[in-house]
Amino acid sequence: METRFEPKIVGFLCRWCAYTGADLAGLSRINYPPNVTPVRVNCSGRVDPTLVLKALASGADGVLIAGCHPGDCHYISGNSKMVRRFKLLQRLLEQFGVEKERVRLEWVSASEGGRYASIVESMTEELRSLGPLDWKQKVVIPA
Amino acid sequence: MTEKIGVYICHCGMNIARTVDCKALAEYASHLPNVTVARDYQFMCSNPGQEMIKNDIREMKLTRVVVASCSPLMHEPTFRRAVGSAGLNPFLFHMANIREQCSWITENRDLATARAKDIVRAAVMRVNFNEPLEVQKVPVNSSVLVVGGGITGIEAALQIADSGKKVYLVEKEPTIGGYMARFDKTFPTLDCAACILTPKMVSVEQHENIELLTYSDVTAFSGYVGKFTAKIRKRPRYVDEEKCTGCGQCEEKCPLSVPNEFDCKLGKRKAIYRPFPQAVPNVPVIDREHCLYFTKGICKVCVMFCPHQAIDFEQKEKYVEVPVGSAILATGFDLFDASRIKEYGYGRLPNVITSIEFERLTHASGPTGGRILLKNGKAPESVAIVHCVGSRDQNYNEHCSRVCCMYSLKTAHLVREKTEAKVYEFYIDMRAFGKGYEEFYKRVLHEDVTLIRGRVAEISEVAQNPSEKGKLIVVAEDTLLGIVRRVPVDMVVLSVGLEPRKDAAELANIFRISRSKDGFFLEKHPKLAPVATAGQGIYVAGSCQSPKDIPDSVAQGGAAAANVLSFVDRGEIELEPTIASISEEACSGCKICVGLCPYGAISFDESNGRAAITSVLCKGCGVCVAACPSGAIEQQNFTNKQLLTEIEAICS
Repeated sequence: METRFEPKIVGFLCRWCAYTGADLAGLSRINYPPNVTPVRVNCSGRVDPTLVLKALASGADGVLIAGCHPGDCHYISGNSKMVRRFKLLQRLLEQFGVEKERVRLEWVSASEGGRYASIVESMTEELRSLGPLDWKQKVVIPA
Repeated sequence: MTEKIGVYICHCGMNIARTVDCKALAEYASHLPNVTVARDYQFMCSNPGQEMIKNDIREMKLTRVVVASCSPLMHEPTFRRAVGSAGLNPFLFHMANIREQCSWITENRDLATARAKDIVRAAVMRVNFNEPLEVQKVPVNSSVLVVGGGITGIEAALQIADSGKKVYLVEKEPTIGGYMARFDKTFPTLDCAACILTPKMVSVEQHENIELLTYSDVTAFSGYVGKFTAKIRKRPRYVDEEKCTGCGQCEEKCPLSVPNEFDCKLGKRKAIYRPFPQAVPNVPVIDREHCLYFTKGICKVCVMFCPHQAIDFEQKEKYVEVPVGSAILATGFDLFDASRIKEYGYGRLPNVITSIEFERLTHASGPTGGRILLKNGKAPESVAIVHCVGSRDQNYNEHCSRVCCMYSLKTAHLVREKTEAKVYEFYIDMRAFGKGYEEFYKRVLHEDVTLIRGRVAEISEVAQNPSEKGKLIVVAEDTLLGIVRRVPVDMVVLSVGLEPRKDAAELANIFRISRSKDGFFLEKHPKLAPVATAGQGIYVAGSCQSPKDIPDSVAQGGAAAANVLSFVDRGEIELEPTIASISEEACSGCKICVGLCPYGAISFDESNGRAAITSVLCKGCGVCVAACPSGAIEQQNFTNKQLLTEIEAICS
């Protein structure tokens, strides 16, 4: 039997909302695919596009960035800075030939354990059908 | 120098070990680069677990420690302390969360173990680049802001003030006292609410350490733990609080009567009024919306009769800023709006009333002088009490409001005590969980009250037979008998549930705290930190966190006070040293970071053309780090090197 492809996802989770929300999903014993390995950051605004590219170039099949809902940022406006940065990042990824589904920006509050689990579930499903990223083959950076 | 890393894998009883092969994980970790020792143990957070780490640090001269266990939100401080007490800088430790986001989310042991290996590998590789950090200590302002003057806020304010610390107590309404001031009796002891509350209200007013700001609200809250600034708006009362003695002449002479909100508009008050006679402060307020001077420019009777020249129509809204070191939110709840359930007819059928209206009817100083009367002035011959109105209902609020079962029993008791009426009580489940509650339930059962187990489907005035004529018919399925009952009564009391206040979202925003799914304020931990929040120095107490009865509210008010005092008394507080700093050599002076910092912590030095960060203002969000095109900014404990290593290790 062919084994199912299990995508590897790096999750940048802000410590106040998304990380706490992800903790809550576990605390509530919600079952969802264990495909995300979390990297805890203070704020989604800390996520430098370099970190995302590093993950993809090192072998991740997808990257999830999750922060507080707009207006709820613990640092006032870090998440809105991520929104602007994310748009540029998406353009860059498109030019690299990386499918836009591979990098997601989501809002998860500290009380949304269920929402976090369903985001991870749908992202994992999506990446399963997209298959491995295989950065070295796919991404040809023009000299 | 090569690091010597100790890795400690926790079983957490079976919480982790059930789905993660902890032995295999420790074996795997022992082969990772620079790992000197890797052990697994039942409970790493226990005393023997911590001792194991401390001994290894001392005996094996470990330079770095990784603990793979629960979420860092749970035990990071525990292990940092353990590492620190063995002589290693606490920041040379990294925590790998293999429970909340790994062992608890899947039944698949292979996948969970594989993921745990990724997580531990990432932590081990990253910890190589952890640096010893010094925690910043900041002085704590000992003044405390308490928002909300209900029984919870009153308790917290008095406890803190009694310890000699200054309290600013802010209340939106013209008087403190909150909902409790409107209640007649309190369950299960049936002591009179006013008798136990009003002395406390007076203590607040007279306390030398409490500055009471009524008819006021907090509009902004800035700064950081230990050094906050609260901006408070004082709405004009049009009565000078200094001059007024509370003689009540103005109220007596005011020619205009309007419905009194305090009495749920069942009674009347004047345009210049105190919500109730024992109001604190005992100073009236002019209702600008109705006052004849403000609406028509005439009257001024109150000015004429005030013996102290305290009336001041020129008063304006005032803003005051107070420096505080911490804050307690005790803002309470809103009652469910019963008119939302159309089939219950509230607002349409005059003798369908809510429980708070019942409280005012039965209150000795209420609009009927404590007599339970129908709208036509007659005493009811039968009364139905409906539980769970707006609670335990997917259409409105899923949560149980906790207090309604008991106050409904109290309603039944009071109706039986004061009238000859028959009482029918419709409940779903009877929740009598507190001290003396079950006993109270038993007592009411013996007071000739008919209990019917079933959610009420409809309250109608359409009679189907002569016995129902002129009555309110309560329709419910009696789930114990398995039949539909139609019970004709004269009065229906809807036991409305407790909801988050309408301004909860706004307040959460001002104080930068979160709310749970039901809309109430979110505590730091449901069991171990029930009054703390994710915001350091900001606490919640009472029903703003979830519905609570009076004993629990008072307990939480006291708990929040103790939490505040424990760090106020130390005089200083330690801040996470995850702040950012700019390398002068690498900074190109582009100023991108200056505009991005939400705290104004970054300044630009024109003399050398470089930006610099004021460390006490930096909160450690890292936005500037991510934005710096020169890579000149680093955030402590989240350096680029640390994060890039962690990411690479996850993906390898």
